[in-house]
Amino acid sequence: MQMPDPDQRVIERRAEIIKAMRTIVPGEGVIADEAMLKAFECDGLMAYRQLPLIVVLPETTAQVSQILAYCHLNDVKIVPRGAGTGLSGGALPLADAITLGLSKFNRVLDIDYPNRCAVVQPGVTNLGVTKAVEADGFYYAPDPSSQIACSIGGNIAENSGGVHCLKYGLTTNNVLGLEMVLMDGTVLRLGGKHLDPGGYDLLGVMTGSEGLLGVITEVTVRILKKPETARAVLLGFNSSEEGGDCVAAIINAGIIPGGIEMMDKPAIHATEEFVHAGYPLDVEALLIVELDGPQIEVDHLIEQVGEIAKGQGAVYSRISETEEERAVFWSGRKNAFPAVGRMSPDYLCMDGTIPRNKLALVLKRTAELSQKYGLRVANVFHAGDGNLHPLILFDANQPGELDKAEQFGGDILKLCVEVGGVLTGEHGVGVEKRDLMGEMFTEDDLKQQQRVKCAFDPTHQLNPGKVYPTLHRCAELGRMHISRGQVPFPDIPRF
Amino acid sequence: MTEILKPDNADQVLDAVKWAVSEATPLEVRSLGTKAGFGRPVQAGRVLDLSNLSGITDYDPGELVLTAGPATPMAEIERALAAANQELQFEPMDLGPLYGGSTDAPATGTIGGVIAANLSGPRRVKSGAARDHFLGFHAVSGRGEVFKSGGKVMKNVTGFDLSKLMAGSFGTLAVMTEVTVKVLPRPEKTRTVLLMGGDDEAAVAALCDALGSSHEVAGAAHLPAAVAARSGVGYVAGAGASVTAVRIEGPGPSVEHRCAALTDQFKALGAVEELHSHNSIAFWREVRDAIPFTGDRAGDQVWRISVPPTAGAEVVRRLTDGLGGDAYYDWGGGLIWFALPTREDAGATAVRAAIADCGGHATLVRASADVRQAVEVFQPQPGPLDELSRRVKDAFDPEGVLNPGRMVAGV
Repeated sequence: MQMPDPDQRVIERRAEIIKAMRTIVPGEGVIADEAMLKAFECDGLMAYRQLPLIVVLPETTAQVSQILAYCHLNDVKIVPRGAGTGLSGGALPLADAITLGLSKFNRVLDIDYPNRCAVVQPGVTNLGVTKAVEADGFYYAPDPSSQIACSIGGNIAENSGGVHCLKYGLTTNNVLGLEMVLMDGTVLRLGGKHLDPGGYDLLGVMTGSEGLLGVITEVTVRILKKPETARAVLLGFNSSEEGGDCVAAIINAGIIPGGIEMMDKPAIHATEEFVHAGYPLDVEALLIVELDGPQIEVDHLIEQVGEIAKGQGAVYSRISETEEERAVFWSGRKNAFPAVGRMSPDYLCMDGTIPRNKLALVLKRTAELSQKYGLRVANVFHAGDGNLHPLILFDANQPGELDKAEQFGGDILKLCVEVGGVLTGEHGVGVEKRDLMGEMFTEDDLKQQQRVKCAFDPTHQLNPGKVYPTLHRCAELGRMHISRGQVPFPDIPRF
Repeated sequence: MTEILKPDNADQVLDAVKWAVSEATPLEVRSLGTKAGFGRPVQAGRVLDLSNLSGITDYDPGELVLTAGPATPMAEIERALAAANQELQFEPMDLGPLYGGSTDAPATGTIGGVIAANLSGPRRVKSGAARDHFLGFHAVSGRGEVFKSGGKVMKNVTGFDLSKLMAGSFGTLAVMTEVTVKVLPRPEKTRTVLLMGGDDEAAVAALCDALGSSHEVAGAAHLPAAVAARSGVGYVAGAGASVTAVRIEGPGPSVEHRCAALTDQFKALGAVEELHSHNSIAFWREVRDAIPFTGDRAGDQVWRISVPPTAGAEVVRRLTDGLGGDAYYDWGGGLIWFALPTREDAGATAVRAAIADCGGHATLVRASADVRQAVEVFQPQPGPLDELSRRVKDAFDPEGVLNPGRMVAGV
C-alpha cells in the first residue's frame, strides 16, 4: 500500500508546529514523545503502522477551529481520529500529518426525550450514548460490534452499521445534526433537532466521508425507546443456499426481523469452541433470527419464522425462552472475530455486500479461492442486508502470507462487485480498499466524488491518501473543456 | 414557445447536457412536471423532458430493492410493489392535490421527482424520508459527464454517499438516468387511535409521549378543530373538536395490543376513538397530502415547516397570531402545514421569524410563480453554509445549466 510521499519541509518544521499547537492546546493535549506516539500508530487495521508527526487532543470546538486554521495556513495535513477502532485504516497516521484525536470530546451535552434525541460530543462511545439514556428505557439503535469502544464521531465518519440495521437503519438514518469544522477553521452546523433541513443534504454526505471532508465536534442522534422484548431463534441448515433461501422466505412473508445473522461451518465451529453457545456442529449454515417488539408480536412472529424455516429444510431449530438464553445465542456471533482469531495468528476481515440471492455462488467461489491460495476462510454474514464478512486466516510471520491474504481478500471483493454488490458494507474504504475502488467505479465516478471533496477541502489536507487511489489537484478536477458552439445540436426528439 | 428536448435514453441525456454546456443554454429538467410549483421558477430557455426514461428495470421483492428509470410514474411503482405486498416505506406525499389535482386519483409524479424533492410522509418519524431509502443512481452531471454512486444493495459505504446529495437537490446537480430504492413489506394491519379535544400544547405532548413509547408509532398528527372539521373521514369531521391521531402498524395481534395500550394512555386526556383499515388509510392520506388545504382553500399560500416537535405549538401560535390562516401538525408536532390567505410576500419574514428561536426550516410549498420568484422558497442558509452549498453546486454543475434558480436565486 503506497501512501503519499511525506512532505519533508513539514517534517523539518516539526518543532515549530509543536510550539504553535501548544499555544492552542495547553497542557498534555499535544503529544510529541515517540514512545507516547506509538499508541496512535495504527487503528483497527493493524497490518499498517506509521508514527504520526504529532498527536493533538483538543477539548473545545474553538481549539479545533484554531488548529485547522493554523494547519490550513501552514500546509500541515490532518488525520482525524475517533477511538481508533476502524477496520479499514481510515485513521492510519501520516508521517507529515497531525493526528487530531477527538477522545477528549467525551461529554453528553443534552438528552431530550420529548424530541427523542441526544446531543453528544463525538468522542462519546457508541455504547456511551445508550448508557446515558438506558435508565429511562431508551437506546441508540446502530450497534457495530465494537460499540463498547468505538466513538460516535467515528461511527459518523464510517456510517457504521451493526446487526440491527435492516430494521433500524445505519448511522446515516439515525443522525439528525452535526457541528463540524472545515479545514480552514470555519465552524458549521448541519441539521439539528428537526428533520430534513432544506438545502443540499451535507449532513448526509458527511456521514460516511471517512474524515475527508471535515472534523466533527458535536453530534445530535435519534434515540428510541427500547423494544418491550426480544427473542431469538437458532436455525440450522444442510447448505448455505438453504439458509439464504430461508432469509428470503422470511422477508417475502413480510417479516423484518430486528436481526438476521448467518454463519458457515468454520465460523460455527470456531465460535462454539470459544464461547460454548450450544450451536449445532453438524450443520453447514446457522441462522440467528431475532424478533423484537411487543411480547405478543414477538411470540406471534417467532412461531411464523419457525414454520417458514421448517418449510425451507431447517434441520435444527431452537427458540430462546429466556433473556439469558437469547444472550447466549448471540454470544457466539458477537465473538466471531476473536473466536476466529484464536484459530490463527492473524486474520483479515472482509466486508463486501452482495445481492442476497448471490450468496450461494459467492460462498462457492470463495471456497475455490481458499483452495487456490491455500488459506482458510470462515464466513459470517449480516444475512438480512447482504453484508458478508469473510475472515481470512493467515500467519503474518510466514513470508508472503500477508500479501497472499490481501490478494485473496481483493479477489473476494472483486467477486462481490462482479455479482452486483459493493466493496464495503460498513467498514469503510480507508487505505485497505482504496486501490480496489477502480473495480467498482469509473475514473469519472471517482473524479465526481473528489470534486465534492474539493468543495469542502480544496487543499486536500484532510486525511489525504485515504479512500481515493489517485489524488487529483482540485484545479485539475474543476477544469472543463468547453467548446462554445462546437457541439452540434443533439440528435434527439424535440418538440 | 419553449423548445422541449425529449431524450430516449441516457446517451441522449448526455448529448443534451453537453450541448447545453457548449451553448451556455440552461435546461429545465423535468418529466411529468407535477412538481413545477415546488421551488422557485427555473430560469431556462429549454426543457429537458425525461419522461421517456421510464420503467422498472429490476425488481426482486426478496432482495428489497427496486431499480427504475427516473421518470417511472409513482402509480406504476406503487402497483408493482403492491402486487408483491411491498411499499416505499417513506410514504412519499403526492403533491398533485395541493397543486389542484384530484384528491382521490392514483399517485401523480415520478420516482425521480420524489427523490429530487426528498419527499416523505407521516411515517417519516419512524422510517425516514426519500433520502433514507435511496440507494444509488446513474446520472449525467452538469459538466456533461456520466457518473454513478451508491449501488443496488442495502448496505454500502463505498465512497462518498452522493445519493444523499441528489435527494432534495431538485435537479440542480445532475440529471439522474437510473435510480435504485429500498423497498419493504407492507404492514399486515393499520389502525389509528384518535384522541378528541385538547389544545395544541397538550396534543403535541401526548404525541411526543406516544413517539417516545415502545409502540413503534408510524404516524403522529394533530388537527385543530377547524382543520379536523374539513376531513373526509366521518369520525374526524364529526368530532366537533380537535383530533389527535396516532397510527399503529404491524401484525394483527400486535396492532391490537398496542392500540389498547395507547387507548388506555389517552383515556385520561379525553374521548378516544379508533379508525380501522379504510378510514385509517384515508385519514393519513389527507394528512400526508395536505388535503385540508385543497378544494375551497386552493387559493391559500401553503408553508411546510419543520421544527423540533416540542416547539411546534408555540410556532403555530406565533404564525396564526401574526398572519391569520390555520395550521395542522404531523411528525408529532415537528411538521407544520400552514395555510394563509394570499400575501405578496407570503408572510415569509414572519414565518422565518417564528422559527428563529427553535431552529428549523420553512418551505413555501404553494404560491404563485411571481411570489415564488420574489420570496426565498427554501430556508435561507447562514453565510458559511450557503457558500459551501454553492461550492457543492459548482462541483457538479459549474456552468449552471441545470435548473438554475430552482432552489436559490442565481444558483
